[in-house]
Amino acid sequence: MIWQWEQPAAPNMREILRYTGCKNPDTAVMSLVEECLAETDGIWQYRVCYDFFAVTVGENAVDFGFASAPSKDLCRHLADCQEAVVFAATVGLPLDRLLKKYSRFSPAKAVILQAIGAERIEALCDAFCATLQMSGRQTKPRFSPGYGDLPLQLQQDFFRVLRCAETIGVTLNDSLLMTPSKSVTAVVGLKGG
Amino acid sequence: MNIRDFLQDNIVVMDGGMGTLLQQRGLLPGEYPERWNMTHASEVQDIHRAYFDAGSHIVNANTFGANCLKFAPDELATVIRSAVENARLARESSSGIQPKFIALDIGPTGRMLKPFGDFDFEEAVEVFAQTVRLGVACGVDLIFIETMSDSYETKAAVLAAKENSDLPVFVSNAYGGDGKLMTGASPAAMVAMLEGLRVDAIGANCSLGPQQLGAVVEELLHYATVPVILKPNAGLPQVRNGRTEYDVDADSFGDAILSSVAAGVRIVGGCCGTTPAYIQAVSDRISGVKPVALTDKPITFVSSYTHAVTFDKQPVLIGERINPTGKKRFKQALVEKDTEYILGEGIAQQEKGVHVLDVNVGLPEIDECRMLCDAVCELQAVIDLPLQIDTADGAAMEAALRAYNGKAMVNSVNGKEESMHTVFPLVKKYGGLVVALTLDEEGIPSTVDGRFRIAEKILRTAEAYGIAKKDLIFDPLAMTVSADTDSALVTLGALRRIRQELGCHTSLGVSNISFGLPNRDTINSTFFALALENGLSAAIMNPYSAAMMTTYYAYRALHGLDENCGDYIAFAASVVPTQAVQATAVATVQSPEENAGLQRAIAKGMKEQAAALTQELLQTKEPLSIVQNEIIPALDTVGTGFEQKRVFLPQLLMSAEAAKAAFERIKCHMVSVGGPTADKGQIVLATVQGDIHDIGKNIVKLLLENYGFAVTDLGRDVPPEAVLTAVQEKNAPVVGLSALMTTTVPAMEKTIALLHEQAPACKIVVGGAVLTADYAAKIGADKYAGDAMETVRYAETICENKSR
Repeated sequence: MIWQWEQPAAPNMREILRYTGCKNPDTAVMSLVEECLAETDGIWQYRVCYDFFAVTVGENAVDFGFASAPSKDLCRHLADCQEAVVFAATVGLPLDRLLKKYSRFSPAKAVILQAIGAERIEALCDAFCATLQMSGRQTKPRFSPGYGDLPLQLQQDFFRVLRCAETIGVTLNDSLLMTPSKSVTAVVGLKGG
Repeated sequence: MNIRDFLQDNIVVMDGGMGTLLQQRGLLPGEYPERWNMTHASEVQDIHRAYFDAGSHIVNANTFGANCLKFAPDELATVIRSAVENARLARESSSGIQPKFIALDIGPTGRMLKPFGDFDFEEAVEVFAQTVRLGVACGVDLIFIETMSDSYETKAAVLAAKENSDLPVFVSNAYGGDGKLMTGASPAAMVAMLEGLRVDAIGANCSLGPQQLGAVVEELLHYATVPVILKPNAGLPQVRNGRTEYDVDADSFGDAILSSVAAGVRIVGGCCGTTPAYIQAVSDRISGVKPVALTDKPITFVSSYTHAVTFDKQPVLIGERINPTGKKRFKQALVEKDTEYILGEGIAQQEKGVHVLDVNVGLPEIDECRMLCDAVCELQAVIDLPLQIDTADGAAMEAALRAYNGKAMVNSVNGKEESMHTVFPLVKKYGGLVVALTLDEEGIPSTVDGRFRIAEKILRTAEAYGIAKKDLIFDPLAMTVSADTDSALVTLGALRRIRQELGCHTSLGVSNISFGLPNRDTINSTFFALALENGLSAAIMNPYSAAMMTTYYAYRALHGLDENCGDYIAFAASVVPTQAVQATAVATVQSPEENAGLQRAIAKGMKEQAAALTQELLQTKEPLSIVQNEIIPALDTVGTGFEQKRVFLPQLLMSAEAAKAAFERIKCHMVSVGGPTADKGQIVLATVQGDIHDIGKNIVKLLLENYGFAVTDLGRDVPPEAVLTAVQEKNAPVVGLSALMTTTVPAMEKTIALLHEQAPACKIVVGGAVLTADYAAKIGADKYAGDAMETVRYAETICENKSR
């Protein structure tokens, strides 16, 4: 299993605004977003851990070797794959500290920081998947527990096999919630051999 | 031979990686390696033996993940017993002639502690304690706590080890590429905390190779008096031909370890990717090498969960504002358990530039032990400054020191026997830098000599308890100069002698000096400058005082402590704009459209403006009329816009925050003059058990408060019974429950059922990302609110009906 630091593309303002749900950002909102971007500058700890697994795609379930995922959607998604990458990615805990502070002292900033965090973790996943593609293998779009009929419980198996807590500091609680909050686990199907 | 004795004169070699070797022997991905202690005992023994044969003095029993979260009680006992037995058999059959020890290996639980996760600190202590008790019963030689990436979980494990054994405890953390733990602690912060907890060795393992850990090791060696451990990976992992490989070979690894030993590391080994060949390479290189002598590092420092603050030439500012003495508004906040207010005082002082926050929440009418502990935990959730625990209550002090994440300052001990025998045992157990006041049973001596002698007595007693000189900071007590004209000179004289003759650091509560005099700021800041010149290391002070801050920056500039006077210049520049902002606010107020001013400020979400304008309006208008005629209309305009989707969430919230700033001014005014408070009704809010999302709930709270409701916020992860208790205590007509995840909706359903049964009059409004109106009805809620405004409208209907 591999873990590494990744560098996503620079923050995308349009995406961030989309995540805030604000359709008519006035100057006050824009300057708050700028303020939040300045405050998050340098706090990110972009980390990814992953490993390659042989997968057997059946009718109703995908067998990863370490676990079987009962999901027709995933079966369809991985239809022509014999191998897949399972990864976990996080932007780190510092954002959660800011969110904790501002959810009490400035919910407006908390909402914007949430949006920035959502944009950052997506950008990180994009960057990681782009690296996989660069290695010459054709990849499927990433697919996470909770998408379609893929059960959230699969998180527990992913965490066990990737040892997320030790490698990139992501933990899972009894409610299947990840800390840091802006973290993602997903499967990426690899086409061909 | 005991490992503690062996460590005195020798380099100690630990073992290398375990997981990779087990995988080579067939351990499947995701399978628990600890089960192999029973199912594949001979394979495990072979690995241990290979390490002993390669020269390891310490082999870790295969118990890294052996805890009661992963294993049922019976199996856990078997896992640990077999693990130690396997290591013992390997030791007996090894050809190595070196002294050999077996460690109980303790890794992280994989759960995140509160406040960022849902794992309770004391629960974590108990989980580790079970493993420790089992390991001790099996006769291990030491406890090795390793690969911890969170300082708080590390503390839980160390407390468990210390409270359940007398064995040596070695602690090693996993540092990231930024040289910090995943939850933020620097190596210096870890040394501060761990030496305070009296561990035997401190170090770094896993995550990176020996080269990348160089800076971490250097920092550990700089601060640590105890031996330093280095147990890195075989470099960084890479995929080669579908296999994971590490990029440092055994020889280069051995060379890197040898140079760390030359720099002072005393305990070495390997982690992921290292094998007996790596350990052999290390043993070969260090054989015959004399370890660098251990020296006491005379560094006085405290820490938070991120960084250490060192007491040296740079003066340390300790913010004094979290203290109810003489502050009506603060007392009210304590009585109402308004932690938000306390946190606000903390954040404001941090923004002013203090380095440590004093925390005093003592009031006769409250449970200080509980309050202090809560305040410390809440402050540590949002502020990364070290704290100074300020209490005269021994039980409260212990509870706070135990819950503190880092090494705290302790305020205070004095020369009275009773005080020393209460405080020193706590500091011995939990660590801390103690403020020692130079007074005793006879009172405060009026002479320099008298205070100096008490300092000497305190120092002697501390040493008898095993508390080092560097963990005391003396306060020679500033007394009111208007009552005794010599008092400042006595304080300064005692200060100088303690600093020069005892070589101890000093601290002063500066403000007492000016009591009863006009223009106190001038006296305080001048005294501060004199004290600094006489060797003062730290001051407990008011950071809102411009005079004090000016003295601080000027002193640093004049003493060569501020490169290019950069901080002084920045400070001077920062003072001006604040005045300008106030001037603008005042100008707006004086314009004819003063009413439009506050409404506009709120509608536009301008916090500072709204507060300043409210302050001005309070001179001429009744508080309630400002609420009715200014704040509520402004909120309504924005609220309606939000309902009509012309205004969006960030904008709604910015207005709400501006309104809150206005309310805070009104509240302060009312506390000082008395008078009726607006109260539309009691509402209890909670995020349900198992769920730790609270942004949505906090938004609802903010708006409800704006509209005049008295909100009891139970926080996150709240059990059904706690919601019921609050509803009954407050006789609340409405309770709001929030859940973000499908997995926690059952907890919401349980809470609703309990409330319907035990408090049938109370209406339940629910919200959260996973809910819909249908779903809410299905689990028995009275109302589903799609957003915060809808909750406000619903609460208004219910409470109005009630009052009719």
